Amino acid sequence: MRQQIPLLITFIVGTLLIVSVFIPPFGDLETTFNIWFDIIAVFAFFLGGGNLLRVHINKLRKRKRDWGFSIVTILGFSVMLIAGLFKIGNPGDIASAVDAPGSLFYDIFNSVQYPLSATMYSLLAFFVASASYRAFRAKNREATLLLIAAFIILLGRTPFGVMLTGWIPDSTSLLQIPNLAIWIMNSPNLAGQRAIMIGIGLGVISMSLRLILGIERSYLGGDK
Amino acid sequence: MSLPLAATHPRLSVHLFFPIIVIVLTTCSSAFGQSDTQLDTTVVDDTVSIAAAPVTTLLVEDGKYDDGDSLRLFWVPSIDDQLIDSKVTGYRVYRLVNDGAAEPIVDLLPGVGNYTDKNVELDSSYVYYVATLTESGEYPSIHTESISPQREWINFRRGYLFIIMMIISAAIIFYVETAKRGKKLFVRKIAGLEAIDEAVGRATEMGRPVLFIPGISDMDDVQTLAALTILGRVSRTIADYDSKIFMPVSRSLVMTAARETIKTSYQAAGRPDAYNDDMVNYVTDEQFGYVAAVDGLMVREKPATVFLLGAFFAESLILAETGNSIGAIQIAGTARPAQLPFFIAACDFTLIGEELFAASAYLSGEPRMLGSLKGQDVGKAIAMITILLGVVAVTLSEAWGVGIMTDLHAWLVKVFSSS
Repeated sequence: MRQQIPLLITFIVGTLLIVSVFIPPFGDLETTFNIWFDIIAVFAFFLGGGNLLRVHINKLRKRKRDWGFSIVTILGFSVMLIAGLFKIGNPGDIASAVDAPGSLFYDIFNSVQYPLSATMYSLLAFFVASASYRAFRAKNREATLLLIAAFIILLGRTPFGVMLTGWIPDSTSLLQIPNLAIWIMNSPNLAGQRAIMIGIGLGVISMSLRLILGIERSYLGGDK
Repeated sequence: MSLPLAATHPRLSVHLFFPIIVIVLTTCSSAFGQSDTQLDTTVVDDTVSIAAAPVTTLLVEDGKYDDGDSLRLFWVPSIDDQLIDSKVTGYRVYRLVNDGAAEPIVDLLPGVGNYTDKNVELDSSYVYYVATLTESGEYPSIHTESISPQREWINFRRGYLFIIMMIISAAIIFYVETAKRGKKLFVRKIAGLEAIDEAVGRATEMGRPVLFIPGISDMDDVQTLAALTILGRVSRTIADYDSKIFMPVSRSLVMTAARETIKTSYQAAGRPDAYNDDMVNYVTDEQFGYVAAVDGLMVREKPATVFLLGAFFAESLILAETGNSIGAIQIAGTARPAQLPFFIAACDFTLIGEELFAASAYLSGEPRMLGSLKGQDVGKAIAMITILLGVVAVTLSEAWGVGIMTDLHAWLVKVFSSS
């Protein structure tokens, strides 16, 4: 029974959503189900927030390793929660948006959270460099091909690449590095990406059918 | 003494006097009312310069294959709607509902010749007209016929999609049934999945935990579901080896589902006492906040094995490179093509696209599940044949102008662009 009801719900919802693609009067079902999902997710957030507080309060109480980080987490969580719930400094009334400009919530978000997120994101530039260094080492034939392709694309996207092969006549313009870079991106790269996309599409169909027909049950916590 | 000519001839006098009176009156009016006349002339000229012809051929039709919730308007833009020095500043669509008053519903840019009204109801009738907007005012078109939207029960435009879906679904179900009857099915080896036992074993030998990251999407993403199906198998192995797992998540629903999955695996392994709710923690929904927390965990806890399976976005490489820097063996998989190169560059094993969805079937080894993988191959065969046909059709059509190939190409485009 514990698995039968979720399986039945999955079957009904899955079938209805497939049918809605072909029957226009059912066309809004996807939006409706998405709204239902959002409502459930909002209630589930209480579980998440509660879990976060419990874990960090425990860590703090038992003085576990790195408990100092837990103070920052609890403080950040509490300040944002209070600022948002009570709309401190909000220029509008209680019905106004929680992130209205001028509110404490808005100021903290823009002055603390936003720059911190940007800092994390900017790490990507350095990680791209280190990952590229490893990926482009010519250890075997495939890696060498990858290195050559990457080199052409890097050069093709810079003025130096244009300058280097600008003398090649228009009749053989494909050999100009920027054009070679475009060809690599539009032909072999795009073909490969599309092949992966087709595989993903078929994989999603197969996985969805397994879920709808109840063959796949491990996401419910069991194989049988 | 001679009399004036006019006096002597009455008819001649009329003929001469009329032009004289007109000339005198015109001269007088020119002399006394010069400024007024000039002003009038200026106004008339301005009006002429910014007046515009209305739109023509205004047609309205019911939106095709919808729930009776749209009407489509088409018109030929005003002849004064030009790219350079245009008098037209735009178009305003007016609507009369149930013969009521006209109300403007939308303003459109110059050059636009169609509009779909999606704010209509089944039981109402609608009349439209389009006004051409200029700096001096509006120039309305004629009204359309009264029309009521109609509901269609089947979207025939998606007929081909339905047929393709049915063929693939039928193939999957056929192979599932075949497998159930006991027929052996060959499935190629997937290195990333073969390495799971080895990766968990390594963590056990090193006495370090396993880190499992199910992406940053919620339970409504099929990739997250695929990740959780793999989690079931991974946590079962972890329970068998008596190793440790920790799983920070960015969605509350994923947290509850993951706990349930791990708990069941521990029960199945006969070790329910070893299960702990704290194995799965909620961190934050915020993308880079989550990345910062997970990176911190990696650096502090130094897991021996990291699983990155699910839907990843810009954070994929940050997580994978941090995992690489601590020397963890990493198994990654996603169905987002843009993130795959990052995982391939930074991880030891990568499940590419469909392999992520095939993982649970592959790992379970259950015939019904493997049958569904075999059914996918029929879809691939259809894709390959169609691509081949398309390439041949376009080549023969464009290079040698073979008529039948042009038709075949057009038909293929129609089949695969139906929406």
